[in-house]
Amino acid sequence: MRPFNYSRATEAGSAVKDVSANKDAKFIAGGTNLLDLMKEGVENPNALVDIARLNLSQIREMNGGISIGALARNSDTANHPLVRQNFPLLSQAILAGASAQLRNMATNGGNLMQRTRCQYFYETAMPCNKREPGTGCGALEGVNRIHAILGWSEKCIATYPGDMANALYAFDAVVKVRGADGKERAIPINDFHRLPGDNPEKDNNLVHGELIQSIELPKNNFAARSYYLKVRDRASYAFALVSVAAALEMDGSNIKQARVVLGGVAHKPWRSAEAENTLVGKPATDDTFKAAATAALKDAKGFKYNEYKIELGRRAVVRALQRAMNGATA
Amino acid sequence: MRAVIGKPIDRKDARLKVTGGAKYAAEFKVNNVAFAFAVRSEIGNGKITAIDTGAAEKETGVIKVLTHENAPRLKPYVQQEVSKTGGMTGEQFLSLQDNKINYYGQYIALIIAETYEQARGAAKLVKVNYAKETPAIDLEKELPNAEKPQKARGEDVQTNEGKTAGIIAAAPVKIEQTYTTPTENHHPMEPHATIAVWDGADKIKIYDATQGVIGAQGIVAHFLSLKPQNVQIISPYVGGGFGCKGSQWAHVLLTAMAAKSVNRPVKFAITRQMMVTNVGRRPETIQKVALAADQSGKLAAIRHENNSYKAFSEYFEQSGVQTKILYSAPVREITYKIAKFNINAPTFMRAPGETPGTFALESAMDELAHELKIDPIELRILNQTAVDPLQNLPFSSEYLLDCYRIGAEKFGWANRKSEPRANRSGRYLVGMGMATATYPANRGTAAARIQMTADGNVKVMSATQDIGTGTYTIMAQVAADALGVPVEKVSVELGDSFLPPAPVSGGSQTAVSVTSAVLAAAEMLKKDLMAMAVGDKNSRLSGRNIGEITYADAKFFVRGDSTKSDSYVEILRRSGKKVIEACATAKPFSTKKPNESNPEAKKEQGGGQNGQGGASPCSPAQPDAELDSNKEKYSFHSFGAQFAEVIVDEDLGTVRVSRFTSVQDIGRVLNEKTARSQIIGGVVYGLGQALMEETQYDKRWANPINRALADYHVPVNLDVPVIDVHFIGKDDPHISPIGARGIGEIGITGVAAAVANAIFNATGKRIRDLPLTPDKLL
Amino acid sequence: MSENGTVSLNLQINGEKHDLQIEPRVSLLDALREFIGLTGTKKGCNQGACGACTVLVDGERINSCFALAVQYEGREITTIEGLATGDELHALQAAFIEHDGFQCGYCTPGQICSAVGMFNEFQNNLPSAVSAKMTGDYEFSDEEIKERMSGNLCRCGAYVGIVDAIHEAFDAEAKR
Repeated sequence: MRPFNYSRATEAGSAVKDVSANKDAKFIAGGTNLLDLMKEGVENPNALVDIARLNLSQIREMNGGISIGALARNSDTANHPLVRQNFPLLSQAILAGASAQLRNMATNGGNLMQRTRCQYFYETAMPCNKREPGTGCGALEGVNRIHAILGWSEKCIATYPGDMANALYAFDAVVKVRGADGKERAIPINDFHRLPGDNPEKDNNLVHGELIQSIELPKNNFAARSYYLKVRDRASYAFALVSVAAALEMDGSNIKQARVVLGGVAHKPWRSAEAENTLVGKPATDDTFKAAATAALKDAKGFKYNEYKIELGRRAVVRALQRAMNGATA
Repeated sequence: MRAVIGKPIDRKDARLKVTGGAKYAAEFKVNNVAFAFAVRSEIGNGKITAIDTGAAEKETGVIKVLTHENAPRLKPYVQQEVSKTGGMTGEQFLSLQDNKINYYGQYIALIIAETYEQARGAAKLVKVNYAKETPAIDLEKELPNAEKPQKARGEDVQTNEGKTAGIIAAAPVKIEQTYTTPTENHHPMEPHATIAVWDGADKIKIYDATQGVIGAQGIVAHFLSLKPQNVQIISPYVGGGFGCKGSQWAHVLLTAMAAKSVNRPVKFAITRQMMVTNVGRRPETIQKVALAADQSGKLAAIRHENNSYKAFSEYFEQSGVQTKILYSAPVREITYKIAKFNINAPTFMRAPGETPGTFALESAMDELAHELKIDPIELRILNQTAVDPLQNLPFSSEYLLDCYRIGAEKFGWANRKSEPRANRSGRYLVGMGMATATYPANRGTAAARIQMTADGNVKVMSATQDIGTGTYTIMAQVAADALGVPVEKVSVELGDSFLPPAPVSGGSQTAVSVTSAVLAAAEMLKKDLMAMAVGDKNSRLSGRNIGEITYADAKFFVRGDSTKSDSYVEILRRSGKKVIEACATAKPFSTKKPNESNPEAKKEQGGGQNGQGGASPCSPAQPDAELDSNKEKYSFHSFGAQFAEVIVDEDLGTVRVSRFTSVQDIGRVLNEKTARSQIIGGVVYGLGQALMEETQYDKRWANPINRALADYHVPVNLDVPVIDVHFIGKDDPHISPIGARGIGEIGITGVAAAVANAIFNATGKRIRDLPLTPDKLL
Repeated sequence: MSENGTVSLNLQINGEKHDLQIEPRVSLLDALREFIGLTGTKKGCNQGACGACTVLVDGERINSCFALAVQYEGREITTIEGLATGDELHALQAAFIEHDGFQCGYCTPGQICSAVGMFNEFQNNLPSAVSAKMTGDYEFSDEEIKERMSGNLCRCGAYVGIVDAIHEAFDAEAKR
């Protein structure tokens, strides 16, 4: 880790100004991803602005939905009565990730900002366009068992590794950020993360120095029928091979609204409009779920070691919808 | 006396371990210590053409940067000389002595700085130019050029080459399959760490995380041209080893070199990432197994072809070892082809050989049982052998049939449905599988010293190690019973090369080797004490014949008349001695003459010489041909049976092991609590091997893709079911006077096969390629 | 910040104040082990993947390897050295001995601190990934304990004893 200047922010405005003014500065809160990357030499900030003590950790009711503070910790978010009652999918997704210790440190804003687990990104001796634009993608023809099958580019086949965000995508969350001008802007969650395209170094659409303040989740009718499914190489404490956030709202025996978001398959949480469109208006049967799964993975294309994710993705979508339908989190 | 041997007493070191008081190598407080961090090569083969340390040297806190250009020179590596030291190096070359790059991740520079972060930060600033060559790292590609090794550790390894082809071709029933096992890493929770403290130019003290303090002493002394008695290795607690801490890897000598070059103590705790690239691993194997049988299931021949690699050492994975002793096939062929890789050398990892080997052999046995529609246990019983089939020697003691029977009963094997896919629980498939476990019962030469002080307290000392195995505890138990004192009165010192020498804690040999020495020393001490009593006219035992005297509760008394007694404390008080002591060397029976090139012999010569403070020399205990591991008369092995139940989510390819039963025939159990933990630990290690452990390499750069514990998966708590352990508990009458065999390794053997066989029983899918991850089960 | 890049800070550990002069890049783990001399907290992976470095901060478990020491000023930090009361072991420490919840002992301080934090979380009704419902009423079952303790690796495989020890220490108190 390179030496850096440390300062503890007492006020959001000045924190944003400090980071905005220095292209090599970063915010730090929980530190659970940034410090790892700094120890590996992947991230090399010369200044850290510690925002952990800013007053951005409230979780509160808002027009029937909720607003969760960027600095609310993952564990507090998962355990909040409003979240557990009205957004159990979010609690489940958070609890499927990392370990209890890490969830006690990690914040919601930091979770959105976490970077890929691609091993070529982590190993600084390897080529990686995300870490060092122009060096190539080591994973493309390498060991790509954990890599993307949707939305990738020749420049980068890394995946977004998180769990919480998959639920946020299902809820049409809005990310409120504060810029250097002191103004707040709202980013719909689906526009928050990016696909790699030609600029895989950019994980998301934040401007350097912008600070996530809160994440708003509008009211929804999914609480009774939602499920977060995570398939991994061991029973707990592992990143997803494939995960699915599924939610259903019923109108009699037909599906009124549906959400299908896949994790571990793309550079961002992959919300499948194709799957959702296939589900809406149909009876909640296995056949409908299978059709949705086929639609969700229709454009998937794998590599030498991750072809399995396409079939696994389909099956995971079906299972998650079945579990959601059965009210698994109710 | 067996008052405490076998009892499930708490670990002697338990309190220190649960309070954070146990000191591991990196934790010793050493004044003025500097921190080292290594720079590793980023190519897989070639040479350094230039190395620029300027930027690193300018960093705040950096004291020195060592490279091959300025590092202290070591005695050149000559294998014949190294083998005489009694120690082993992980690889047969030395770091920072030349510009050659043998593999990706090789240490090429060492930063020495005031703090850990300064050293680690500066390491990123060293700039290296390389002349690259293509690394050999692809087993399939290298096998055509592979060699057929003739010997491994002095023994023939190719057995009956070509002798089974005809039998297999003519057999009415046969199984011929290929099984593959991946690279696995040891990953003990404590990464290797070394602190080197020089005392002048010719003495050094090293705190080291090692499975062998005597071996480390030999290696350090040799390469630094020091006298062994001037090299003290301290290792009282080791945070797991599993084989990677059994030999000396580059960091040990590098730390000593660094301390010498900056003229102050240096600490080098390697990182989790270096645990993958610098301290060995279990190499991948491709194994072809052929079983030839008649319709009844009786085996006519077994062929086991083993393919793997070696690199910069003689080590290769002997995955055919269990096939030498299991089952009564009249002909068995076991062969090896070993390629040469550009990779940090592979090494011993928990049950080296048997762990991948039993996966192949025991999977094949299951396939044969299925083919013949015979119960897998019945097939094994039908082919069981009470003699070592190649050596034609009886096993020293062998209760494998009891293991099958007890295991089947405890596990509920009768409920298994022999047809695959016949057992469902809701949406899940349930399956049961079993496999045989086996591991050799090794024994080496060990010495121990015992002291009794005037207050009646006893101290037992040996340069052995407790790597979590319970050595502290069983040494105390054996001493307590041998002397008739409460175990609470016995303290234990180990992990110090200045104590009487003992073998490396590897090959499951520590329990039998060291307790034999403890017993012998205790007997000597007791005899001396008894002689003091009968020779003292103030003793109630004065003038008695030693044959009439027995002992208990820290007293001698006349057999049948406990009123005629004399306590140890009284005997010592009257003698005016503050302490009496005895030291004994116990060795396996052998008619072979010790010779110079035999490391065992060297260790014996070292016996007592390294002792400090005028300690008495260690007297040899005379080995008995019946009681002391006579390999000319008996074949020494442990056996067991492993039973797994799995629940498979076939849609998602996920497997949960829901129950596990392990029945072990390991001779006498020295401590029921620590022994059970050893077996459970072995099984858990095996569950990792079965379901998730694999290091993959990118063959273009020869670098490991799974760089640390976040992507090299080992079992977590939720992966592990209740594990039911049973011991046969019958003494081995020939291994040692105590009758116990080591148990550190047998617990892992057969586990992966039991799990794979259970998955077959659940799903009808036979997976012959470890680990059994979801992608393979879809 | 001083010329050599260090800052002064004060950490409150096991009820005692410790003044330190360290670089901001020093982790809480290294501050404990290398600067304060509290080596009970272990370094297993130094990247949040093993749990050996688990300590309690204001009663909650965290991985100290992922914490900059400077971020934890003013917080009450409890390490394994702070759990016993004088010579009297914490009930969980005693239960770990009784049930042999360890072998090599290297993950043990982290396991014990983690389990203490875990039990607080359980009592506060925090769900886990294996909880059937997110709405509460969790059973202090093997499955819940195993999932909640899965952030602490044990390569010796002492998990069976660890779960037994946790039951022994906490069952009586566990909220039904």
